[in-house]
Amino acid sequence: MIGTAWTILRKDLQIELRTKESVPAMALFSVTVFVLFHFGLQRNELEGDLAAGVLWVTLILATVLAVNRLFVTEREQGGIDGLLLAPIDRTAVFVAKAGALFLYLVLLELVAVPAFGILLLGPDLFKPLPTLILLLVLADVGLAAVGALVSALAVETRARDLIVPLLLLPLLVPVAIAGAEATEPLFSGNQAAHELGKWVALLGLYDMVFLLVSIAVFDFLLED
Amino acid sequence: MAEQAAAPVIDVEGLERRYGERAALSGVSFRLGEGQTLGLFGPNGAGKSTLLRVLATLLRPHAGGVRVLGAALPGESWKARGRVGYVGHEPLLYRELSGRENLVFHARLHRVPEARVDELIAAVGMQRRARDPVRELSRGMVQRLSAARALLHDPPLLLLDEPYSGLDPAARELLDPLIGRPCGRTRVLVSHDVEAGAAESDLALGLRAGKQLIFGRPDPAAIRGLFR
Amino acid sequence: MYGKGLRPLSIAAAATLGTALGLVFFYAPLDADQGFIQKIFYIHVPLAIVTLFGFIAGGVMGIKYLRSGDRSWDMRSYVAIHLSIVLAVAVLITGAIWAKASWGHWWVWDEPTLVSFLIIFLLYCCYQPLRFSIEDPDRQARYAAVFAIIAGAFVPLNFVAVRLAQSFSHPRVLSTTGGNMPGSMRLTFYVSVLGMALLYTTLWKLELTSKNASIQLKRLRLRLELEQEEGQARAGAPAPPVSTVPASPRNA
Repeated sequence: MIGTAWTILRKDLQIELRTKESVPAMALFSVTVFVLFHFGLQRNELEGDLAAGVLWVTLILATVLAVNRLFVTEREQGGIDGLLLAPIDRTAVFVAKAGALFLYLVLLELVAVPAFGILLLGPDLFKPLPTLILLLVLADVGLAAVGALVSALAVETRARDLIVPLLLLPLLVPVAIAGAEATEPLFSGNQAAHELGKWVALLGLYDMVFLLVSIAVFDFLLED
Repeated sequence: MAEQAAAPVIDVEGLERRYGERAALSGVSFRLGEGQTLGLFGPNGAGKSTLLRVLATLLRPHAGGVRVLGAALPGESWKARGRVGYVGHEPLLYRELSGRENLVFHARLHRVPEARVDELIAAVGMQRRARDPVRELSRGMVQRLSAARALLHDPPLLLLDEPYSGLDPAARELLDPLIGRPCGRTRVLVSHDVEAGAAESDLALGLRAGKQLIFGRPDPAAIRGLFR
Repeated sequence: MYGKGLRPLSIAAAATLGTALGLVFFYAPLDADQGFIQKIFYIHVPLAIVTLFGFIAGGVMGIKYLRSGDRSWDMRSYVAIHLSIVLAVAVLITGAIWAKASWGHWWVWDEPTLVSFLIIFLLYCCYQPLRFSIEDPDRQARYAAVFAIIAGAFVPLNFVAVRLAQSFSHPRVLSTTGGNMPGSMRLTFYVSVLGMALLYTTLWKLELTSKNASIQLKRLRLRLELEQEEGQARAGAPAPPVSTVPASPRNA
């Protein structure tokens, strides 16, 4: 199953490298949103809860962009039948798509977090960076699992680009909560983590629940 | 001389498939033996593509018994998958990748060695354009690649939905030894050309509005009656 | 088939709710700070509890549908969720009234139950648009069940997350819920919960019975048409094949 997931993931990465559709769009979107927040909040610098909130909300909105596209290539180019005809474990499709989304998010963060540090963040970015990276990676797992699931759910509907954000955003609220709450102390005062364990545990629980649920139900979305 | 009754490659009994309230297929029953070709005929919307997709394990039967290559659908679909070659309306190729990349992808999914990819690219005469992205290729070339994709895993059963549509005679000649009569595989063939289709088939199945109206030796006159 | 037990159930529901109302007006203590309007708590919180369980039940029925393929489970899941969404509007409205009376604002972020309820409501608002924008009825039922399962798993998770976010910065304002309710309040509260639960079940059964009846009616009508056409077909015209009408929310 892992081998098949890797084959499918490779194929998706190949296509993404050729078309360069998802990741650059997400990065551009994030930076634009930072600019919007500068004007919307009328601040040159953010710290503490405002900084944490802007960063996490932007990341979550950028996830919506990627989720919209995740299964679209399959649907438009009839690729999904190709996957369904092959003697493979269909969970591999989920693992591949979630894996792709995870990688896109990591690449996005490599651009968006430094951009945020430069454009809007008041306090120093380097000091809390290791903790921030831990939080981002944990959050990305959950975002990837839920994103892949919602993408598959919405692929057959007529109003796909409307349904995806409406469905995805409430589901991602716990990630926003944990991410922003955990990051707030990192961006203020002495930049030391506060109650980090609680938020890491919440993210971990979220990831676990949604990975299990997704793997359990995904087959039903593919079969006919 | 003892006669061994070989199990039919396809064994369908009372197949039903609904689409909501409509019956997309109802009361379809037939048997297809090894090496035989079944021609599927009928007007648009009769259910030919639906039947083909059921046999390909892409759609599950709602009622009735379906056995493909000994596997009972839908419970044992996974046994039949990987032994069926399907050429449908969609070529099932990613437009941004090259023909070769597409075939390598499918080869990996079917656990087929990469050498086979080059073998088939040569067989369908696509050596020169195999490394160009699929979106730059003509319909005929895409169709040839699609046939190559279907043959990668050397399937004993071929399901072909108008495989020659949009192909020029030269391309047809190229594909004929691979997916036509000469290939010797068991085939189910959907064709709108009644004469050509009937000539190619050992058995003919005629559908109208999901119901099976004809089954037996191909009779072009009777088949044309379906369209009235 | 569905209508069995509907009458005793509705009577039980009416009786319990009547008792609850009586208790609310005459037995439960008057809150010193918030006054009479505080009594809306006896509608708001029990209704919220019942609605949340309705969502989770919808998820469980979704699981049963996926496992059995029996469309009646899908119908049950749909009605449970649909009913809970409608009642959720009432929860939010009564919550706002209570918030206004207690704290002077129509909405308070400090109340985690209300906040997590809003999030869940927003999520479930997608259920019907998602469901009815899928045309293939089989697929529609399957995808709806998957949604019900995901959303049902999300309900407790979301609750935990929102609670965690409020714990230390904002003290729990709802001191009336939890372990420190005086006896008279507690009794009234439990009776209200029971009453709401019975009401929910009655409405659920009612809607199921009504939908089922419409489906039977439709099936009979189609059978009639088919037989009329077969009668004509013997005179020459071809009859289109018609299968049984499957149970689906759209058909009802």
